[in-house]
Amino acid sequence: MGIADHNSVTASNTTPLLDVRGITKVFGSLIANDHVNLTIAPGEIHALLGENGAGKSTLVKMLFGVLDPSEGSIIWKGEEVRISSPSEARKLGIGMVFQHFSLFEALTAAENIALSLDATTPISQIADTARRLSVDYGLPLDPDAMVGDLSVGERQRIEIIRCLLQKPDLIILDEPTSVLTPQEANKMFETLERLKAEGKSILYISHRLDEVKRLCDTATVLRHGNVVGHCNPQEETATTLANMMVGTDVQNASRELSQAVEPGEPLIEINSLDRPPATPFSIPLRGINLKVRAGEVVGIAGVAGNGQGEFFEAVSGEALQNQSDSVRLNKVDCGRLGISGRRLVGAAFVPEERLGHGAAPGLSLSDNMLLSRHTTDRKTMLGTLGYVVTSAVTAARKRVVKEMDVRKSGEDPEAAALSGGNLQKYLIGRELDRKPKVLIVDQPTWGVDAGAAARIRQAIIELARSGSAVLVISQDLDELFEISDSIAVMHDGRISAPLPIAEATFEKIGLLMGGAEPGHMAYEDVKTAEETEV
Amino acid sequence: MRLELIKRPQQSAFFSAVSPLFALLLTLIAGVIIFTLLGKPPLAALYTYFIEPLSEVWQLHELAIKAGPLIMIAVGLSVAYRSNNWNIGAEGQFIMGGIAGSLIPILVPGFQNFMTLPLMLIFGFAGGALYGAIPALLKTRFNTNEILTSLMLVYVAQLFLDWLARGVFRDPNGNNFPGSIRFPSAARLPEIDPAQGAAHWGFVLSIVAAVIVWAMMQYSLKGFEVKLLGESPRAGRFAGFSSARMVFFAFLLSGGLAGLAGISEVSGAIGQLRENISPGYGFTAIIVAFLGRLNPIGTIAAGLVLALTYLGGEGAQMSLGISDKVARVFQGLILFFVLGCDTLIHYRIRLVFGDPAAKTAAEG
Repeated sequence: MGIADHNSVTASNTTPLLDVRGITKVFGSLIANDHVNLTIAPGEIHALLGENGAGKSTLVKMLFGVLDPSEGSIIWKGEEVRISSPSEARKLGIGMVFQHFSLFEALTAAENIALSLDATTPISQIADTARRLSVDYGLPLDPDAMVGDLSVGERQRIEIIRCLLQKPDLIILDEPTSVLTPQEANKMFETLERLKAEGKSILYISHRLDEVKRLCDTATVLRHGNVVGHCNPQEETATTLANMMVGTDVQNASRELSQAVEPGEPLIEINSLDRPPATPFSIPLRGINLKVRAGEVVGIAGVAGNGQGEFFEAVSGEALQNQSDSVRLNKVDCGRLGISGRRLVGAAFVPEERLGHGAAPGLSLSDNMLLSRHTTDRKTMLGTLGYVVTSAVTAARKRVVKEMDVRKSGEDPEAAALSGGNLQKYLIGRELDRKPKVLIVDQPTWGVDAGAAARIRQAIIELARSGSAVLVISQDLDELFEISDSIAVMHDGRISAPLPIAEATFEKIGLLMGGAEPGHMAYEDVKTAEETEV
Repeated sequence: MRLELIKRPQQSAFFSAVSPLFALLLTLIAGVIIFTLLGKPPLAALYTYFIEPLSEVWQLHELAIKAGPLIMIAVGLSVAYRSNNWNIGAEGQFIMGGIAGSLIPILVPGFQNFMTLPLMLIFGFAGGALYGAIPALLKTRFNTNEILTSLMLVYVAQLFLDWLARGVFRDPNGNNFPGSIRFPSAARLPEIDPAQGAAHWGFVLSIVAAVIVWAMMQYSLKGFEVKLLGESPRAGRFAGFSSARMVFFAFLLSGGLAGLAGISEVSGAIGQLRENISPGYGFTAIIVAFLGRLNPIGTIAAGLVLALTYLGGEGAQMSLGISDKVARVFQGLILFFVLGCDTLIHYRIRLVFGDPAAKTAAEG
């Protein structure tokens, strides 16, 4: 796999700036980091690669003093250290720029910077220093500008300058380009090159392989909390990097489960769906086309934060479209219908977040039954004046609990009292109980134990076999290969043409996920692909 | 040294239930301390405040007069607060309801039949609801903070009433005293039992409102919508409910009930539109709503308790020479202890010694 010898990186005459040895972090039964080694030399840009949930954030949080390692040691400039808080990390010379900024919009840039400094330096002096730094590093910034008026790229500059003011030797950047335009990203790369030339080291977290290849000297790849390899990205191809991230050693999922019936007519049709970003952090959706036919399970793979959540909201009707035909569910134009209207045409939805989106944590299971069923089951569950027929709701709750084998304490506990897996079974069962013609699920088995996950996947496949169309958004490739009839990939707000499962390989999907060659099908390609399909 | 609040993993159901009683007990203890510091006999003072006003039937009627508006307003507020809409301006909506309902007897004094009173009550509800709609509109349209806008509108309403009572609506035969004409009997909410005391039907209206709203919250889809959107707006949106519409519902209902309380007070207890029609009912009702644990039925008991502080304040001023503003102190203490008890049910306090910021500054 082209893994460079780990020691060759550190064999230079200087001691490494940071040497992490056998660091381990255990959350309950989950091993988030399993004896991870990481070495960063002075003046290098080191990439930390990995899929979502691979343990990147956990590792970085331990380096920045947010989390305590369960085991292992951190050696900083040749001395073993214990980093127990971010301020201690800063004192050592470790700075971090987070993916989501923590800035007050109603304050100026300089005031925001002043907030993070412990000492009582006057604002004017901070503004001067910030202005000088911003010019030095080619990060133009007006310290007196109100943060609320600044673009996302400019806000990131504040964070970077705030970090540089502490004169760190190691700067950790968490997916810095995920919120930037390509031009802004290019500018930031120049800054990083400059910092490197000054002898500062950078730990660069990303899943964008092209950036990593362009920028980084060394890379550490994590998968399921283990280091899969240390390598030199310049010597690797995007394919080998993607292989390392996704892992080709996983067993091939059995295809028996979803030996699909002949697919019927399309029940989910997404036609050139666009959605502008709702917040500065959300991904715009661009020209999404997709069809799911009756009896079919289509999977959407992709690294988190590439527009899956935005796509789900657009399809579920939590966000409306301008064109009513951009979302067609069960052969009805739904673009202008809200989520209740879409449910009435026979669609059902299960969002990624269980507590606070799919269910209200403090409400009982019965109340949470009513949450998504009050329009579709109006006849049975509601009486005159909106009187809630408790017996009908209770009956539905009992049905779902039995059908999906939901384990709970008490007769009708709060949603928050259930374990993640049991609540997820309940939420999926809540929708399946309606026998929907269309089911759209985001992350059906995220954080769910193996037994519950198998039960949920089984139920999804059975629904499709009974003639419904199912769309599954997931970051778990194994899962998608297990249940899907074809897999499309979401990257940067676009969706690739679905690959039939017979043609799909981890390698192909992994490449598409990283946004690497052959890249995304342009809009026209998707169209022609669909035309040939029909 | 600093204090940190740490969330408790589990909340005690027992302490959640008795926390209002705890709060009242703590208020009494604080009362003893205050009276002792004032140099008054604490137990006698507490007796004057909390026991004496209950000793005779006519006094119970007075209690009902004070409790009626408090309960009515608090019922609406409890729904608004449950839905996470913080209407602090019930005092203004109360005043506007009083004004709107008074329009009929003041502008058309000849209109006197069985329809007069119902129409006045409807006008009162509508006046309060429309005034409550202003912060709702500002919140949904411009994303303003409803706490600030609804509170500021109170002062507008107070000055508007003052201007009306001293200006255009002043009784021409009133010897230049501020205040409108006295309402004819067709425009008066009658007394429940004139032989025993002065309580009017406004109190009964409040109880009816509390029961209806309680049933709505408990048994209807609307009540479910209120709880769901208040608890988890995103799950509410997933359920197909609209947060913006809920803002309007909360403000129209709480404003309307405050307005209804306003016209009940004007047409029941006062009998004319005066420059000052409320001893702060709209603000005290906030305490009532919380003391009643945001449950419409709970507000009945809480309303009676808070009404007692008004009566006790008057009594203490007469017999002990204590300023009746002490009643306000008691009301504030009750809210403070209720919220304090609730916080301690959900969180525990941790003391952190040493100031890390100072340490780093010293080292740097």
